Amino acid sequence: MSSIENKDTSSLKAELIADFHLSQAKLNGKATLPIHQLRGEAMQNFDNLGFPTIRNEEWKYSNVSNLVKQTFDFHTKTEFNQADLDKIPLPRLIGNVLYFINGVYNAELSQIATPENKLKVIPFSEALAHQPELIEGYFGKYANYETDAFTALNTALANDGVVVQVADNKIVEEPIILRFISDVRTSNVGSQPRNLIIVGKNSQVKIAEAYRTVGDNAAFVNTVTEIIVDESAMVDYYKVQSESNKSYHIGTTQVYQKGRSYFYSATVTLNGGFVRNNLNVVLDGEHIESHLFGLYVPNGKQHVDNHTVVDHRKPNCESHELYKGILMDKSTGVFNGKIFVREDAQKTNAYQNCRNVVTSDEATMNTKPQLEIWADDVKCSHGTTTGQLNDEVIFYMQSRGIPKKEAIRLQLLAFAQDVVTQIKIDSIREYIEELILEKLEGA
Amino acid sequence: MLTISNLHARIEEKEILRGINLEIKPGEVHAIMGPNGSGKSTLASVLAGREDYEVTEGSVTFNGKDLLDLAPEKRAAEGIFLAFQYPVEIPGVTTINFLKTAINEIRKYNGHEPLDAAQFLKRMREKAKLVKIDDALLKRSLNEGFSGGEKKRNEIFQMAMLEPTLGLLDETDSGLDIDALRIVAEGVNQLRDGKRSFVVVTHYQRLLDYIVPDFVHVLYKGRIVKSGTKELALELEEKGYDWIKNEVDALEIA
Repeated sequence: MSSIENKDTSSLKAELIADFHLSQAKLNGKATLPIHQLRGEAMQNFDNLGFPTIRNEEWKYSNVSNLVKQTFDFHTKTEFNQADLDKIPLPRLIGNVLYFINGVYNAELSQIATPENKLKVIPFSEALAHQPELIEGYFGKYANYETDAFTALNTALANDGVVVQVADNKIVEEPIILRFISDVRTSNVGSQPRNLIIVGKNSQVKIAEAYRTVGDNAAFVNTVTEIIVDESAMVDYYKVQSESNKSYHIGTTQVYQKGRSYFYSATVTLNGGFVRNNLNVVLDGEHIESHLFGLYVPNGKQHVDNHTVVDHRKPNCESHELYKGILMDKSTGVFNGKIFVREDAQKTNAYQNCRNVVTSDEATMNTKPQLEIWADDVKCSHGTTTGQLNDEVIFYMQSRGIPKKEAIRLQLLAFAQDVVTQIKIDSIREYIEELILEKLEGA
Repeated sequence: MLTISNLHARIEEKEILRGINLEIKPGEVHAIMGPNGSGKSTLASVLAGREDYEVTEGSVTFNGKDLLDLAPEKRAAEGIFLAFQYPVEIPGVTTINFLKTAINEIRKYNGHEPLDAAQFLKRMREKAKLVKIDDALLKRSLNEGFSGGEKKRNEIFQMAMLEPTLGLLDETDSGLDIDALRIVAEGVNQLRDGKRSFVVVTHYQRLLDYIVPDFVHVLYKGRIVKSGTKELALELEEKGYDWIKNEVDALEIA
């Protein structure tokens, strides 16, 4: 085990560093390739940074100290098969459905419906081992592995995930659904999926990432997705999380948009003990549109943290952001929304809104909008509200014969609708609707 | 049908109802009038089961059941309907879906099968005509962005859909122009079938020109201080409430 000189002396960190040196040893002559140089750099950064503590402003409300106390197996062999899969409901999955068990692509379970002239799908492990030239121009070029410890860790150690490439001028009709399943039936499992989605000029595609846990041990998922949206391309991107109470999910989605492109996203968190989502969108061209929706419905002792960054770098773009939360029991939520409007980005329209309903005295929501505007001819607004259920509405419903419990459920469902209806992959939307109904049973 | 005996109720420390006695028989329309702050709306709210009020004394029986013992939704299922003075807006829930849920909850309570889509639609079309409410309005979120008149019409429409045995109309005339008032009143009149009863809470006589009551009661300081027939409403319209206030206040001093 390598010696650790900085403050973070957690066993998890030591374990991961040792893991990295092992994987380096297996590279033989390839270690000098640019991509592996980059991974080495990322590891060095992680080593210097260590896991963040709550003294780090970006992690003020999200404490990972319980995560780093545990150990996880990052190389579990899993027997997970079709029969196991059939036990997990997800209605009417149509399209390109790719399965990753403990972060590793499973070809047997997966199906690809779109022809290759439109859509190229390659496991990240495959690209890393045999086609590094395919990813070199993109990998690590967007996600911040310099100061973000988790992204650095993923960049250094990710060994699978997917590379999706949509050619120019193609409309991919069938959605791409990436299902990540942590199989923790026999031990604590860690996984670090890495996805790279490159969408060509004038092309259109819909993508969803769905996360689940199977089994009772702890899971640690540290995922990074980089999405490059070329000129005039349109990308829908949905993230659905329904992991176990013992799972830790740290996810970064880094989006880079070129001129006249369109990015439409929803991040929906239903289950999962500890969740941190970073969604960073860079608008680096003119006439770009970005939509960021979010919904989180934590109960019990769940913790859900959404950090977003919308970076307007060029003029004449617009961004719209709406995050909504329903917080029950002793759950905690965090929303931190940054909007940058750079000096060049005149005529920017940027809107951000975060609305929360807290159904229990013991639930907490922390919201922090941050607008940094250097241009002078812009329209920006932000607002956050955290309130309770409306008693008058509940009495009104009761006076029409609807029992109180059902009245509360109806009101919460209605609250969630604004976000749920944005999801344009039918099977994913229906899946989310079911999960919400299930969740609100206990409200 | 409804018997109110010596009903006392308060909100926080303030006693608002101070001994109400009232008997309502099937098919009757009772108007409750009175000056502002006399407790009219409180009476309607207490009957519907609003939690803000605490009943401190007295009893209310509805078709033989102790009404005060029932949760608001059970009172609704037993056949009580409150048309709100200020109907709430419920974004994200359409009037249609809302009523489907309400009707089927009430049917479940009474041991009936839920209405199927065709039955529901048929009833909806029928009742929408009663209050001249637009189909498009019913497909929108409940009351969201509705005008004052549309909200009140929606209240009467909901009443028609839920087919209660006792309708409580809480200042349904407030904020309505004369045309809207007439439409709302006509809707109510069509629901009068000799069995269904109504309590019409109003400050003004004008609603009673259209919904003609069998009895008129004047509420003042939390008590019914005068009861009569529809002529009493006309007298109040002419002379205002002061003469009644004076009578009562004089008695109190004595």
